[in-house]
This record gives sequence, structure tokens and C-alpha cells, in this order.
Amino acid sequence: MLVEPIKSRPVYKGITVDPRARRHIFVLEGEGANALLEQKDKLTPAILAETDILYVARGSVGRGYEEALAALDAGSDWTAPTVETLLFRLKVVLGSADMGTRLYIAGTEGFIGQAMQIALDAGMDYSAIPTEHRGSLARRVQCVHCKGITENVTTSPFTCTHCGLSLFVRDHYSRRIGAFQGVIIDAEEPGNVPEPEELYL
Amino acid sequence: MSQTDFSVRVASVTPVAETIKRFRFERVDGEALPIFSGGAHIVVSMKDGSVTRRNAYSLMSDPADPSGYEISVAKAEESRGGSVFMHEKVKVGDVLTISAPVNLFSPDWRGRKHILIAGGIGITPFMSMMAQFDKAGVAFELHYAVRERARGAYLEDLVARYGSARVKTYVSEEGTRIPLEDILTRQPLGTHLYVCGPDRLIAGVLDAGRDAGWPDYNLHAEHFLTPPPGKPFSVELTRSGKTVAVGEHESILEALEAAGVDAPYLCRGGACGQCETGVAACEGILLHNDLFLSDDEKASGKKIMICVSRFEGQRVALEL
Ligand code: FES
Repeated sequence: MLVEPIKSRPVYKGITVDPRARRHIFVLEGEGANALLEQKDKLTPAILAETDILYVARGSVGRGYEEALAALDAGSDWTAPTVETLLFRLKVVLGSADMGTRLYIAGTEGFIGQAMQIALDAGMDYSAIPTEHRGSLARRVQCVHCKGITENVTTSPFTCTHCGLSLFVRDHYSRRIGAFQGVIIDAEEPGNVPEPEELYL
Repeated sequence: MSQTDFSVRVASVTPVAETIKRFRFERVDGEALPIFSGGAHIVVSMKDGSVTRRNAYSLMSDPADPSGYEISVAKAEESRGGSVFMHEKVKVGDVLTISAPVNLFSPDWRGRKHILIAGGIGITPFMSMMAQFDKAGVAFELHYAVRERARGAYLEDLVARYGSARVKTYVSEEGTRIPLEDILTRQPLGTHLYVCGPDRLIAGVLDAGRDAGWPDYNLHAEHFLTPPPGKPFSVELTRSGKTVAVGEHESILEALEAAGVDAPYLCRGGACGQCETGVAACEGILLHNDLFLSDDEKASGKKIMICVSRFEGQRVALEL
């Protein structure tokens, strides 16, 4: 009952460098760095010269990638202290980008959703942005009741960090906010909350 | 005439350029025509003696004006009769049947900016689009190329209406060409490109767009395919049990219509997919002329687009 088969879940098809693009912007979070590092053989010096890397470590699993990314010797390579600063930089970069630019996003689902939102606001289309899911399955969930967003949700049900309701995590995903939906689980019988299950580690 | 067709009177016929005429249609019953969206086309049925020709033409009038529809017709050099008929036989006051508008070339309204590239008579779908963009305050640029000035329709009108910053014209006889590379490399994110005109222009522009790193999603084309002629053959129809002869200058679709068999269509030009028909049996080769089926589908021999494709061989049976 905790997992509904709703088909709005995004599909992450994986990243391959498009050699025809004239500029490549890689936006990577934690283990998402591997999505780029594993394609070393496709990264010609010409492609690398036109490549910008925006990386954020976040979490315990993102160690050691900073050096590996720097070793690629891309046109530009920047490590952001937080996801927010990375997203802000992305916004600025896309603001002056042209149609020959390809954006690639890799990381956790919540990160992909947030970066995607910046890209859509910049006028890019969802279908033209390769994405790859790497790292934790933790979800970013929006409480449908108070609208607050809780990051890194690994269980269902969980407690909304904003309003304290017990929410179960639906597979319903909003591209607009880059988050899954959390819906109250004990509406009929307050307090009757099943044991949380670790579903999204 | 089907329910979605309209009986219209030719309200005016205006020569626009050498070999190009504009026709205005108004409903016979005086009612309003449906409002359409930029890029839409209608199918005009022409009774030419015993044959009925149906040609698709882009609407070029203001989409918000329901009092009449306007199309421009170029007299094709190797016309199969449709455009020659329009040019030589259709007069003011004549009554024709037209279909309701169908849009297979609609702009992506989420686009931030729209680049329109037209070659020759391929200008027509852009005329209605530009009227809509202009009204909505949406950014656009038209790059319009013609072979010679005398055959260029609306060259000056368009510059006068939208200004030389938004409308650029090129005349190949005078040695001016569309600076594709320059156009493609300076567009902001969220730009969409549309091309309409001869096949060579379309292929060239799409290639240049991909080479400039544009995602396929932002590249759009409208092909004007006319059904190519070929050797006559006959088709067996498994559902109706009929056998229909297809003449040299006739498409399967036209032959079926003449035989009173209803088959679905929208573009009549091999692009939309509406006329896809199952092939029940085939002893010979299917001559696929469409832009719709994938190479694999074509090779499978199981499907055919009857508006443009043909057959050569012993026997072919279609699931109709
Ligand atoms: S009618 Fe559109 S492909 Fe045949």
C-alpha cells in the first residue's frame, strides 16, 4: 500500500556526451561525478576545451571526486560549497548560453529535479537534457498539506519536517518543483501510522 | 463531403508574383470559418472533370480572422494537375470544398524566440505564424530565400509589415544567401527553428542546425511532398474485398477515394502518419516515399503510407 504504481516518475536515461554540441555543461552532485568520469575515452581535447563542470560534493559519498574532475582539465571546473550556490551559478551560466549548449545533470533525484528546474526556466526543454541518477535513492518530498519540502527522505512514511504530519511518499513526481508528493497517512485514524520502511536508501 | 468539410466560394484570385496566385475562400452559407493556429493547412478538393484532386495548402491569412481563408499556390513545374488546375481553372465565384484546418506544423509556444526559414512558396505557413507571433509579442526572425525576385511572393510586403530587423530576404540570382551558420550560432536558449521549402533547403538547414549543436527537439520542418508518379499497379483490399487500379499520376490514396473507399489522411504528403496502412500481402517491392516510417518499418514490408508510396510487382494487398 505504501508504493503506488503511478507513472509520473521521471526516467533518467543516462548521460552520453553529444559530440555535436558546441559547449557542454556538466552539473554533477556527489557520485554523479562518475557519470562524467566514466566517459573519459569519449572526451576529446576539443570537447574538454568547451566543457564546464559544476560540481557539489554533498553527503559522505562525494569524496575524492573533486580531484578526479580537476584532472580532466576541462575548460572550467568549479566545486560549489552547497547545492544552492551551484544552482545559482548554473542560472548565471545558462543566462548567457546559446542553442549549441548541452546541459548534462547527474546525481540524486532531488538534485536532478532542482537543476532541471533552473534549466527549464532558462528556456531549455526537458527532452534535450540528458540526466543520470547516481547515488542515494533518497527523495525530495513536498508535503501536499503545508507545501514544505523535506530533503533526503529515505523512508515511507516519514514525518514532514515543516508541519510534523506523518506522510507517505507517493510515486507522483512534480517536474515543476522537482519533488515527490507526500500525503498524510493517518487522516482517518490519527496516530495509526505504520512502521516506516526504508524504501529509498 | 464529410462533416468537417466546408463549401466555399472563391472570393478573390490575386496574382502575387510570377507563377504564384493567392486565393481567398469564404463560406457559401456566409457563416464564420473556424479560427486556426499558425502553421495550419487545409485540403482543397478540386473537381477536374471526372477526377477529384485533393491538395494540401498552408493557410496564410490571419488565424484570428474567421471571415475567410487565404492560400497561395505556386504553379509547380511538374505539377500533377492540382496547382495547374488552381491556376488555370479556378475563378472568382467558383465553389470548392475545403477541409477544416489541421495543424501539423504548429510552433512550440513555450519557445522564447522563433527562427523561421522559408524557401520560395514555403513562406506560406509562416505568414499565419508571424501574424500570431506579432500579436502575442513573441520574438521571431524570418529568413526568406527566393530564386529570383520576380518569383518571390510577398518579399516587400513582409519587410514593410514586420520591419527589416525581423524579416531578412535573400535572392539567389543576386548572390545573397541565408547566412545559416551565423544565424544558428547566436541564438539564446529556448529558441526554436522552423524550415519550410524545397527538400534540399530543409535537409541543409536541419543538418546545419544539428552541426551547430542544436537539440533535435528545437528543429522543426514542414515538407511539401507531392506524390511521385510511377508505373500503374492495382491493390487488393482485404476488408472491402475490392481491387483498385492505381494510375501513373495517381497516389494509392487518390485511387481509393475515386473508387469510393474511405481512407484516413491529414497531410497527403507522407509526413503525418495518418494514412499508415497495413500490408497483408506483397509479391514485389513497396516503393516507400514517405518521411514517416522508420527505416526498419520500411524494410519490414508490413506498412505503407498510401498518400505518397507506390508498389511495383505482381500483387499487393492492403488491410483496408
Ligand atoms: S496522409 Fe499524412 S502521411 Fe499520408
